[in-house]
Amino acid sequence: MQIASSWKRSAALLAAALLLPLLVACGGAAPAAEPTAAEPTAAAAEPTAAPAEPTAAPAEPTAEPVAEKDSTLNILYWQAPTILNPHLASGTKDFDAAGVILEPLARYNEKDELVPYLAEEIPTLANGGVAADSMSVTWKLKKGVKWSDGSDFTAEDVIFTWQYASNEKTPATTASNYNGIANIEAVDANTVKITWKAANPDPYVAFVSYSGQVIQKKQFEKCIGEVSMTDAACQAANLAPVGTNAYMLKEFKPGDVVVYVKNPAYRDAANTYFDTVEIKGGGDAASAARAVCETGEVDYSWNLQVPKAALEPILAAGKCEAVAGGSFGVERIVVNFANPDSALGAKRSEPDQPHPFLTDLKVRQAINKAIDRKAIAEQLYGPTGVANCNILVVPTSVDSPNTTCERDVEGAKKLLDEAGWKDEGGARTKDGKAMTLYFQTSINTLRQGEQAIIKANLAEVGIAVNLKAVDAGVFFSGDPGNDDTLNKMFVDIQMYTNGPSGLDSQPYLEGWTCAKVNSAEGSWNQGNDGRYCNKDYDALFATYAKETDPAKRTEMAIGLNDFLINDVALIPLINRRTPNAKIIGLNGPTHNTFDSGLWNIHAWSK
Amino acid sequence: MTQYIVRRILVAIPTLMLISMIIFAVLALAPGDPLAQFALNPAIPMETRQRIRESFGLDKPWYIRYVKWISSMTQGDWGFSFSTKSPVIDIVFQRVPQTLQVVGIAYLIAVIIAIPIGIISAVKQYSFFDQLATLLAFVGGSLPSFFTGLSFMLIFAINLQWFPMVFSSTIELNSAASLWQIIKQMIMPISVLVVQQTASLTRFMRSSMLDNLPLDYVRTARAKGLKDNTVVIRHVVINSIIPVITLIALGIPGIFAGAIITENLFRVNGLGQLLVTSIQNSDTPVVMALAFIFSILVVIFNLIADILYGILDPRVKYS
Repeated sequence: MQIASSWKRSAALLAAALLLPLLVACGGAAPAAEPTAAEPTAAAAEPTAAPAEPTAAPAEPTAEPVAEKDSTLNILYWQAPTILNPHLASGTKDFDAAGVILEPLARYNEKDELVPYLAEEIPTLANGGVAADSMSVTWKLKKGVKWSDGSDFTAEDVIFTWQYASNEKTPATTASNYNGIANIEAVDANTVKITWKAANPDPYVAFVSYSGQVIQKKQFEKCIGEVSMTDAACQAANLAPVGTNAYMLKEFKPGDVVVYVKNPAYRDAANTYFDTVEIKGGGDAASAARAVCETGEVDYSWNLQVPKAALEPILAAGKCEAVAGGSFGVERIVVNFANPDSALGAKRSEPDQPHPFLTDLKVRQAINKAIDRKAIAEQLYGPTGVANCNILVVPTSVDSPNTTCERDVEGAKKLLDEAGWKDEGGARTKDGKAMTLYFQTSINTLRQGEQAIIKANLAEVGIAVNLKAVDAGVFFSGDPGNDDTLNKMFVDIQMYTNGPSGLDSQPYLEGWTCAKVNSAEGSWNQGNDGRYCNKDYDALFATYAKETDPAKRTEMAIGLNDFLINDVALIPLINRRTPNAKIIGLNGPTHNTFDSGLWNIHAWSK
Repeated sequence: MTQYIVRRILVAIPTLMLISMIIFAVLALAPGDPLAQFALNPAIPMETRQRIRESFGLDKPWYIRYVKWISSMTQGDWGFSFSTKSPVIDIVFQRVPQTLQVVGIAYLIAVIIAIPIGIISAVKQYSFFDQLATLLAFVGGSLPSFFTGLSFMLIFAINLQWFPMVFSSTIELNSAASLWQIIKQMIMPISVLVVQQTASLTRFMRSSMLDNLPLDYVRTARAKGLKDNTVVIRHVVINSIIPVITLIALGIPGIFAGAIITENLFRVNGLGQLLVTSIQNSDTPVVMALAFIFSILVVIFNLIADILYGILDPRVKYS
C-alpha cells in the first residue's frame, strides 16, 4: 500500500513538473494559485529561526504550525536502520531503532547502573534474585504491562525470546547472550527463573541492554529457525514488531526512515511527550552534525565520527550540545608477538613464530614512551576522545589509577640503546638489520591522521614505520580468505578501537589469554590478534574467572589491566567519547557506554 | 522489422546470462562480510557470525550460489536482503518512486533546457550566447557532482537556509503546503543533476545542428524563400535531433541506476543510495538484483534506441 501511494505521488509530481511551466506561461491563472502555495513556506521556515533566540523561544511561539512541529522528534543516523527485530540486527542502528518500540528487562543508564524496564526490580544477591551459587537468576516482571496490540506481556514472552534467539537455525546476532541459558521457567505469570548451564558470574548477560529486547511470542511464534528470514509473515514481523515501549511503529522504509507514533497501551502513556518520532538514515556524519547544529532541521544526531578540525566549528554554531561521555571504546595499538615476515610463507604470523624484536619488552616500552598521545587527542580527537593509558576504562570502577603514559623521548631512546639497537642516523640497527615496522589500520581520516603522528613520533627515536590502510569492510571482516584482516595481522603493529560489551569485564580480558591466540588452525578467529601469551597473565585470569565476590573481581580486573599495561602487551592511546549531538532544548539524551543512546527515549521531551 | 526485434531479443538472453554470471563472480570474490560492523563486539563472537553467514548460504562456493540464484530468479524469486531479511524486490520497488522523482525529473528538465540551448548556440554560432553556453557547458560538465552538491548544500541549506538538507520521504501529499515542501527538498538534488546532464546534451545538440546547417537541403529551403525560423525548426532541427534522441533513449537506464553520489549526499532514498549502502554492507542479493535490473534496462533501451532510429530516419532499414 505504501508503495502504491508513493507511486501515485511520483506520478503526480511528474505531472506537476510538466504542468508547472504551462501554468507559468498561462499567466492569468498562475498568480491566483501561487500565493496559497507560497504562504506555508514562511511558516515552515520560522521554526528553524526560532531556536536562535533562546529566551524568546520557550513556551509559546503562538503560531500553530510551530506547536505542531514541536511534537515531532527528528533523529538523524548516518546509517539507516534496515530491520526492527533486534535479534536479527546487522548494526547498532538496528538495535537502536528497535529499542524505540521494544524493551529489555533492564537497561544501563549513563552511570552504568541498571534501571528496570520490563522488570519490577533488578535482581541482586542481596534481594535474593541472584542465586548464591551463580547458577540462576530470578526476575520479577512489571505487572499490567501491555503490548501495543492490547495483549498482556507475560513471562511466556521472555521465555519465547530466549527460545527464538538461542535456536541454532535462527540467524540471531544476539545468540551468545542466550546460549548460556539451560532453562527458563515461569514461576508465575510475572516471574521468570533463568538457570545457567554453568556457574555464571554475570547474571545480566541476557535480557539486559540492547541485546536483551523482548519480542512478542504471539507475533513471532512461528518464526523460530530458518523461517525467520524466509517466511513472508516473519519477514513482515521483522520489519514491524509489536512492542511495549512508549512508541509504536507507524511506517518503516528499510534503509531510509522509521516513523513511530505514541503507543496508547504504554504503561505511562500520559507522559509520552512526542506524538511522532522519526529516525532518518543515510548520508555522512559531518552533514548529520550540521543538520542539528547549523540548520536545526533535526533534534538529535548519532555518532558524530568527525575529525576535530571539522567538528568543532560545527558544534560551535550554537544550536546544539554534544552528548559525550563514558567510553565508545579504547583506540589502541596492538603489538604482534608473532613474526609476520612474508618469507615464512604459511607459517607467517603463526603463534609459534616469535617476532624478531617486538618480543623484547624494552622495545615495546620504547615504542610506548615515544608516542605522543596528547598530540593525537588534542589535534585529532578534540571533544571526541581523551588520551588514555588503560585498556579497561569502563565501568569507571575498574579504570586503573596505577598507570601513567607520559611521553618520554629520551627514555625511549635509552631503552632502545639498552636493547642493543644502535643509532647511526635513520633507522636503528641491530646485527645489521634495520628496525622497520609495518603499521596497518582501517581507512578513515582520523586514523590516517593518527598514523602520521605516530610515524613521526617513532622516527624521532629511530624506528622506521611503513604505513598501510585497509578498507574497513575488509579490515574488520574476519574473512579467513583475506590477508588484510586484523585477525590475521600480517603486520608488526595495527590500530583500532574496541571495548567491553557489558559491566562484566571477563569476556573482554579473556582476549589476552594464551587460549585465545589467533592461528591458522582456528581460522584466525579466536580474538587474541596480537598473539600475546603469558603464563602469569593466564594464572591471574584463571583466579579472576573463579572469583564471585564483586568487590574482589573489580580489584582483580584492575590488576589484569595493570599487568597488560606494564608488560606493554598492547598500547592504549585514546578513550573515545564519540559524541551524539542534540539540539538545545531537547531534554533527555545522555551518553551511554553499554547501551543504546536512545535507552531512555520514552522520557525525552522538548 | 519484427524478425529483427525477435533476433535481438534472442541474442540478449545469453548476453544477460553472461553479465549476471560475471557480476555474481565479482561480488563473490570481493572481500567483505555482512556482519563486519560487529567484528569487534565480544557479545557477538565469531561463532555467531559464522553461523549467520552459513544461514545466508555464504559458506558455499560461488558457482553453487550462482546456480541457486539464477534458478530461483527465473522463477521470479530475487532472494532476500541480508540486512532487512525481506524480499529484495520489495526493497527495490520501494526505492523506484524517489529515484524517478529526483533523477527522472532532472533528466526531463535537462532535456527541455538543453535542446533549445543547443539549437540557438548552433544557429548563432560564436555569438555571445553561444560563447556563454559553451563556457557553462564545459564548467557544468567538468564539475563533479560531489563538488556542486556540497557547494549547494553549504550555500543554500546551511548559510541561506532556503532548502532543507535532509530529504524526507515521509511527507504526505495532502495540501499545497506539503507539495511545496516536497518540491523544495527536491530543488537542490535536481539542480545538481541538471547542471551535469544539460552540459553534455547541449554540446551534442549543438554539434548535430552544426553538421546539418551547411548541407544542401538547408540552402534549398532558404532558396525557396522560407522564413529563417521555418528553415531551422522544420528542416534542420528535425534532422539533427535524430542522433540526440538516440542518446536520450540510451540515457534512460541511467535514471534507474539513480544518481549514486547525489542521492547519498542529499539523503534521497533512491536506487543509487540503495546500491551504495548494499555494497558497503556486502548485501550481495540486493547488489546483484540492482546490477542485473540495470543490465536488463540497458539492453532494452539499446534496442529501443535502434528501433527509434529506424523509425525516425527512413534511410535506416533493418532486416
